[in-house]
Amino acid sequence: MLRFVVRRLTLLVPILLGLSILLFLWVRALPGGPAEALLGERATPEAVARVKRLYGLDRPWYEQYLTWVGNVFQGDLGVSSRTQHPVVEELLRTFPATVELALTAMIFAVGVGVPLGYLAARRHGTWVDHLSVAGSLFGITIPVFFLGYMLKFVFAEKLGILPTDGRQDPLIDAEHPTGFYVLDGLVTGNPEAAWDAVTHLILPAIALGTIPLAIVVRITRASVLDVLHEDYVRTAEAKGLRPGTIRGRHVLRNALLPVVTVVGLQVGLLLGGAVLTETVFAFPGFGKFVADSIAARDYAVLQGFILFTAVIFVLVNLLVDVTYGLVDPRVRAA
Amino acid sequence: MVFRQRGRPDVRAVDGVGFSVAPGETVGLVGESGCGKSVTSLAVMGLLPRRGVRVEGSVSFDGTELLSLPPDKLRTLRGRELAVVFQDPMTSLNPVVPVGTQVTEVLVRHRGLNEGEARKEAGDLLRRVGIPDPSRRLREYPHQLSGGMRQRALIATALACRPRLLIADEPTTALDVTIQAQILELLKTLVAESGTALILITHDLGVVAGMCDTVHVMYAGRIVERASRHDLFGAPRHPYTGGLLASVPRLDQPRGTRLEPIAGSPRDTIPWDRGCAFAPRCPNRVEECTSATPELLGGHHGLRCFNPLRSGPVREVTPR
Repeated sequence: MLRFVVRRLTLLVPILLGLSILLFLWVRALPGGPAEALLGERATPEAVARVKRLYGLDRPWYEQYLTWVGNVFQGDLGVSSRTQHPVVEELLRTFPATVELALTAMIFAVGVGVPLGYLAARRHGTWVDHLSVAGSLFGITIPVFFLGYMLKFVFAEKLGILPTDGRQDPLIDAEHPTGFYVLDGLVTGNPEAAWDAVTHLILPAIALGTIPLAIVVRITRASVLDVLHEDYVRTAEAKGLRPGTIRGRHVLRNALLPVVTVVGLQVGLLLGGAVLTETVFAFPGFGKFVADSIAARDYAVLQGFILFTAVIFVLVNLLVDVTYGLVDPRVRAA
Repeated sequence: MVFRQRGRPDVRAVDGVGFSVAPGETVGLVGESGCGKSVTSLAVMGLLPRRGVRVEGSVSFDGTELLSLPPDKLRTLRGRELAVVFQDPMTSLNPVVPVGTQVTEVLVRHRGLNEGEARKEAGDLLRRVGIPDPSRRLREYPHQLSGGMRQRALIATALACRPRLLIADEPTTALDVTIQAQILELLKTLVAESGTALILITHDLGVVAGMCDTVHVMYAGRIVERASRHDLFGAPRHPYTGGLLASVPRLDQPRGTRLEPIAGSPRDTIPWDRGCAFAPRCPNRVEECTSATPELLGGHHGLRCFNPLRSGPVREVTPR
């Protein structure tokens, strides 16, 4: 297992090297540049040239690349041309927000999706089944921004039971040592702040989690249907085991294997940021920050953030494979 | 037993299959694929799906009517009083649960043992069915065991609570010939030791010859002949039984002797409504066979036939 993990982490090196070069070129292939974006449409060529020299953009790209890689190895991702803050700082500010949102969304998707998918399979062919299949189709098709605004309209505007946007009520006096607001509230002994952060997460998490939810329902349902017809489930029935034991040990344990894979992929995707959800709920996360940085041609931010996303994606996939090995002994042996 | 599917006529898969098994007795159910042997055993265990299948009649276990027993009551009998060993040991064990847990869970459930006691007992059980180094095997997963080993583990599980009725549904079909003999020997010994009643389902007449006290031959969902092993092999009366015996390969015949298969193949539908289902394939067919349905008649040698074999081809089948 350890050798497997090490091998996979070693594989990360060539991936990141290749990606960083592509990334560097892609960012520079965008029309315009940070100087033009900063100075606006009516900037004189002299002013543009001056700003370019300031950021070192007048040098050949491979020189810029080597300088950048050298800095990255020292933990320096550069300075944002848009906000003038170090990229690392921006990363530490926005990424916890996205992690918090993504995890809440996945907890919603798995927590609701697995029982629903299981129920649909157990009641195969009945109205419960049809409703869950139709519902998950609806969940996949509905646009996230539309769902987001509808949720806001109903629960924040009309009913007024949940906040409309942001991560924390500005009137609450809260400290943020980790950047994970729920966690912050708990570690600083401020349950009010923690609860406030939770209420801010609910609506965006539902909006963001609906597509994963629909996928989890469908995968779980199909997988449970398969497993229910397996001989070993019949064996378990023949042993006269309690329904709970059969469900947990013999059906779900096997049926959840494909679900683990799907959930892992979805977590990877969600950690890349959720531009639409973050925009609708004015949630200061990773995705929105990247989107804004694209508009500003903020080279340093784009390079740093996308590289970081790649690392996260590989790590999440590694985690999925390790989990898989824990659940399925046959994988462990291979 | 009626299978129903929406938009199709009901299928009466098994009909008029009646037999009884005494403690310590081994009863064989014999017939070709699809004749209803396995479905019969599932019906006895109450393992058929509740939707789409209707089971009529009576399954009486020691005076308890199983068919009308509520599901949770049946669950307390299954695995404790009634046990079953299925055909395919490759698929009958849960691949992601250690073998040990799959043996101990019955003991925990039905005999109220705690994990430690159950593990110890499971080790003894595995040793009894001839699995060497049981404590290691208990920790392993099914994919680490050979087919014969898995079937032994399943037999150990089935016998864990000393059931009074064991159904073995083609327990050796998926195994190598050498392993088959070992498994059958094992079943025979265990049944003899414990006085368990055994229903042995098979299509292999060699297995029947070696194991069974009484034999029920099934064709197209009905019993066509019922006799003691001795009578059945000595003087088969039903043409189908005769055909089965004639189609067993033998070592004492010259090489190159053709086997004698039964002509034709069983129909998809269950055609007992008008005439004998075996009539289209039967060498002894008379006019009556296609106009009236034969009943199972006769006492200890029961027969469902209008024109049985006079004195069947007396043949020996090598017992397994």
